Amino acid sequence: MSAARKFAPVPTPETLPFWEKAAQHELWLPRCADTGKVFFPPRAHSPFSGGAVDWVRASGRGDLASYVINHRPAPGYEDEAPYAIALVRLEEGPILTSNIKGIPADPAHLRIGMKLEVQFEARGEVTVPQFGPVGKGEEA
Amino acid sequence: MSDVVIVGAAESEQLGVIPDQSAMTLATGPVLAALKQAGLSLADVDGIAGTLPVIDLAFTLGIQPRWLDGTMVGGCSYMLHVRHAVAAIRSGMASVVVIAHGESGRSRVGAPGWVPDRSSMPGQFELPYGGSGTFSRFTLPAMAYLDAYGLGEADLAEVSVAQSRWANRTPRATRPDLLTVDDVLASKLIAWPFHILECCPLNDGGGALVLTSAERAADLDLAHAPILVAGTGEASEGPSAPFMEDLTSFRGFRQSAAEAFRTAGISHADVDHLMVYDAYAHVPLYGLEDLGFVGRGQAVDFIRSGATSPGGTLPMNTNGGGLLYAHTGMYGMFALQEAVRQLQGRAGAQVENVRTSFVQGIGGMFGAAGAVVLQRQ
Repeated sequence: MSAARKFAPVPTPETLPFWEKAAQHELWLPRCADTGKVFFPPRAHSPFSGGAVDWVRASGRGDLASYVINHRPAPGYEDEAPYAIALVRLEEGPILTSNIKGIPADPAHLRIGMKLEVQFEARGEVTVPQFGPVGKGEEA
Repeated sequence: MSDVVIVGAAESEQLGVIPDQSAMTLATGPVLAALKQAGLSLADVDGIAGTLPVIDLAFTLGIQPRWLDGTMVGGCSYMLHVRHAVAAIRSGMASVVVIAHGESGRSRVGAPGWVPDRSSMPGQFELPYGGSGTFSRFTLPAMAYLDAYGLGEADLAEVSVAQSRWANRTPRATRPDLLTVDDVLASKLIAWPFHILECCPLNDGGGALVLTSAERAADLDLAHAPILVAGTGEASEGPSAPFMEDLTSFRGFRQSAAEAFRTAGISHADVDHLMVYDAYAHVPLYGLEDLGFVGRGQAVDFIRSGATSPGGTLPMNTNGGGLLYAHTGMYGMFALQEAVRQLQGRAGAQVENVRTSFVQGIGGMFGAAGAVVLQRQ
């Protein structure tokens, strides 16, 4: 299984809620308790106020903000090359990195601003969010 | 406040593939050459800065520094070293500072490999998605930039095309050929929209600078004119490209450049020569705009007009840049070296009457930034 060789993240205490929710196929974001603003990546303190952080569930929808089509695969990605590495701007504002599932890795099919929806992929000990066309999520 | 000047600036004798020298030797060789230009010896050096472990650097050179700066923020570290060295010399913490760069980027001699930290912010939230090198990481925001201004891959290629006119006149350039847009687009795809000629090569090499006060420099037997460090700036933004505040602009560039302009007391019209760190072709586009030389979205047209090419109003990346001259991994030292050469009238592709050069570095992948204004007195 080449997927077993893919890079797997190691959660830290600050990010654990994100990964625990992802394992349940839910996307959650940290929020500044003082200002109500969400942010990313998770931190122990709010980057807006230095104060407390709570967590809110995100809609799971966003749009394609940027991408490259990588022709030099990372370990585990050999069978997928070339593949898109994308920046997805969530409806809530923060940007997540993702692959683009279910769409050919071709500039003709990848339009900046296109709507995307979260899905989830098992990766080692954790589950990572991925994005694809709206309506194709939750198959994983 | 006393002025601080660069009295020695040298690159490694070889540049490219150097399998018989370690990263450390690639750094120490240029230190000795730069000291010779200044008429100084190792015994005169009391301050050291570099991205190799500075203890090892000092030990290898056989010096006893009373000031050390191991600031390591990627390829612009050397711009920050210059800024810090100016403060150290002005405050009396050091009298003669050497800043050294040596990197066995290609041959990896005496150079540890990079092991990604799986729990870092990029390790958790970027690297799981198949980024396999800086070519598929540093480049991530470029499409957002191009799309915002209705630009495409042929527009991005203009950066390499313009810089090839400088590389073509530069004796040591790794990629000396004159390029057309078609040449760039026909070169191997690495991470669309980036082709290999829009990605830096990976070389072995090194360089060093020697700084001291203008007062002390007046008593030295210098091989070349002393170059004033007129202003500097530094800034940081985020851990890597996905964490940028705005995918089409780099706050690190904006803030460090503004600080350098302010501390030098100059305006854009005073700048005769510009170096903008260019590991990948989109970076000079961000640089020209974030430094304020052109408005947002206007950098490609500016480059296409010939303004940054030989004979243009703002000669930029006149050694061919990191894209075409050489790139060891942390290119900042080479941008500084080219600026000093231009100001001293000894560049490969010499521009006439360069009195003020602006050097803008970037570190990590839209992580840190350092700016230095250099002037011939």
